[in-house]
Amino acid sequence: MNEEAIHPPRRAARGHVPGEEGVWVFIGGDLVAFAIFFMTYAVARRQEPALFDRAQALLDRGLGLLNTLLLLTSSLLVAQALAAVRRDDRRARPLLLGAMALGTGFVIVKACEYSAKIAQGFTLNSNDFSIFYYMFTGIHLVHVLIGLGVLAFAVSRFDNRGALRGGIGVIEGGGAFWHLVDLLWIILFALLYLV
Amino acid sequence: MSRRLTLIWALLVAATLLSFETMGLGDARIGGALILLLAFAKVLLVGREFMELRHAPLMLLWLFQGWVAVTGAALACLLIF
Repeated sequence: MNEEAIHPPRRAARGHVPGEEGVWVFIGGDLVAFAIFFMTYAVARRQEPALFDRAQALLDRGLGLLNTLLLLTSSLLVAQALAAVRRDDRRARPLLLGAMALGTGFVIVKACEYSAKIAQGFTLNSNDFSIFYYMFTGIHLVHVLIGLGVLAFAVSRFDNRGALRGGIGVIEGGGAFWHLVDLLWIILFALLYLV
Repeated sequence: MSRRLTLIWALLVAATLLSFETMGLGDARIGGALILLLAFAKVLLVGREFMELRHAPLMLLWLFQGWVAVTGAALACLLIF
């Protein structure tokens, strides 16, 4: 493995910010907002532990696990695509398309999960846990859809031969946003389905 | 393909499966603490490796790692203790 080919060159004494700096301002704001969401959930859970335990047991943990594996693998493909672009390897575009396919799989699984829950009478207004479940996973799902749009834009930056037109910043910034989507789901899965 | 990235992915998948199995532990507190620990360890890996923050300026890296530490510790306090 050629480390220099895969990792960004050191432009300053230390550090390279992947993508545009504005992307990181957005990511930082999102992380703060979600940290507040997580705390709010934890405080509410402390007040009604029995209700939260009962409601949580109604969720399909297998589907939560499947969605976690889909996003983790999708993230890997995006990271590999960025490494491929740096090596001038023409597989970057198919890797991004693969990541989009897995992200779309996440959306389909989530839609199936929502419809099954609603059919069972587990709706937004069922209890305090269900409000958190639908609000948090819904906001996250919007992030997934935006992320898919960002990845589609990144794919459009390649020509027919698979060569990237323009700067690498689009792939770096878009990739960072997609990894944020993965990162937030890791915590949501633990909080809503497991703990 | 980067073998390092694939190895990180394998670690993330292993941690996910381990946290899924941890639910079977008898003690809910220990199980919950392990699940949170694994989740935030995964978040740290995603940030440092996939988001390439380990190559980022120190301020950005430590802002992220600080967020992981503070959020993880606060959730552990609220949910476990």
